Amino acid sequence: MNGRPDPKVLDVLCPMHLMLDAQGVIIHAGPTTQKLHPEMPLVGISFLEAFTILRPRGIATMDGLFGVRNIKLHLELKGSRPVRLKGVLVSGGQGTAIVNLSFGITILDSVRDYALTNADFAATDLAIEMLYLVEANAAAMEASRKLNLRLQGAKTVAEEQAYTDTLTGLRNRRALDQTLERLLAANARFAVMHIDLDYFKAVNDTLGHAAGDHVLQVVATAMLEETRTSDTVARVGGDEFTVILPDVGDIGILHRIGRRIIERIETPVPFNGQICEISASIGTVWIQGGNNQTRKQVMEDADIALYASKSEGRARQTFYTPEMRQSANSVAPPSGRSDREA
Amino acid sequence: MMHGLINHSFQQYMCDSYGKDAWLKVAARAGVSPPTFEPMLTYEDAITPTVLDAMALLLRRTRSEVMEDIGAYLVSHPNTEAVRRLLRFGGMNFEDFLHSLDDLPDRARMAVADLHLPAIELYGHDGGRYSLICDSPTPGFGHLMMGILRVMADDYGALALLELENSANGREIVQIQLIQSDFTDGRAFDLGGRSA
Repeated sequence: MNGRPDPKVLDVLCPMHLMLDAQGVIIHAGPTTQKLHPEMPLVGISFLEAFTILRPRGIATMDGLFGVRNIKLHLELKGSRPVRLKGVLVSGGQGTAIVNLSFGITILDSVRDYALTNADFAATDLAIEMLYLVEANAAAMEASRKLNLRLQGAKTVAEEQAYTDTLTGLRNRRALDQTLERLLAANARFAVMHIDLDYFKAVNDTLGHAAGDHVLQVVATAMLEETRTSDTVARVGGDEFTVILPDVGDIGILHRIGRRIIERIETPVPFNGQICEISASIGTVWIQGGNNQTRKQVMEDADIALYASKSEGRARQTFYTPEMRQSANSVAPPSGRSDREA
Repeated sequence: MMHGLINHSFQQYMCDSYGKDAWLKVAARAGVSPPTFEPMLTYEDAITPTVLDAMALLLRRTRSEVMEDIGAYLVSHPNTEAVRRLLRFGGMNFEDFLHSLDDLPDRARMAVADLHLPAIELYGHDGGRYSLICDSPTPGFGHLMMGILRVMADDYGALALLELENSANGREIVQIQLIQSDFTDGRAFDLGGRSA
């Protein structure tokens, strides 16, 4: 290199540079470099006083520094707010050196901390484009994130609707099937109550469907109130309900819940000046777990027990036993329930 | 396909300027169902002019006036501050900014890969005169650019006169006469002061 480079030229081409004399003292600082060190002028300070050299490691002397020319340096500019920088040192002729600096990944913080503007970067520097991209990307990501949140919300609502009986707000058969499958797969101990309303058809026929719908809603509320939140209450047919009760360790609990549900359902319901009076029959299966039963079997057992309640005079709860299945098979197999209310 | 960001910005303009009910009327009239545009999805091209026409009808203004108003909204409303900021990255002064408009579609694509903005070309003439040629399949895009430029001139503190011409081949040309680039201080812009 012939002679020393002109600082004015360097200020334009690389505003983040430093010129060092042969002793390593800063003799010129590019305008942006100086901006990063607002406490005091860099000129006159030794380079090693102003900067810590992070990598390559172990450089503590000027000789050492001049020995790592032309390779990438990781530096930290000391000060009240230290800035990590990348740099490269080249010979400036006549024993001097030039260090050019760049932000690297710290650019976002530095631009904010030191209020840098377009003018602080070289015209050819990609810094502004990088800042633009970071900001544009953040905006686009935010839009995507909001879209995902909305889609997730819509999905939850759709799923909720797909598992809900629209008239009563109870779970529907699909939800019930899933819960049952889950409990069976886990070999859990639980109970299934199959509940069929008695005399409901009479309400529907004499007082109309509006009265019937009202009664169903009242019944639904009663069942929710008489069961735990961990229980699943589903409407599985016109006037048929199924309750799944996980973790039941005592048959006495099932007796009590069944009795209370029947009592609540037998409470007369006023509707448009009329009184609707119904009752309920319940067939209950208590599953101890580990029997490898299928959903179909469990529902059939509950059906058989319900059938027994019906034939013994309604308004009662019957617990399923295997003997029941034999007698049911031989006498009158449970068929469709359309004729139950007759 | 039209990018949802564009349609969504029209929806946002209606909601922010005239209220949600006004937008719902526009959506109903234009057959947008459900009545919302998702900014990250795409929509049939045909729906965009239909929405713009429904907006003009409801507001009792011409489509050109509505488009110019949308342009101004995009770079002045607090809810769309991101747009203004991203545009300000284009240059340090209004002239710089004008030159950056050539890159606008590329810049937009860098941010959102499938966002295709209409092509725009800037031509500089003597005496601070510029022509911005807008080539968009959606008529009125030139008016939208004019709305943007009016506000951005203020933003940079520049004094400029704008006029829209229709060229013989149907393209819209914004004629710009830059009178003084440092007429006022303009609005501040911190490189590092992200709005979000």
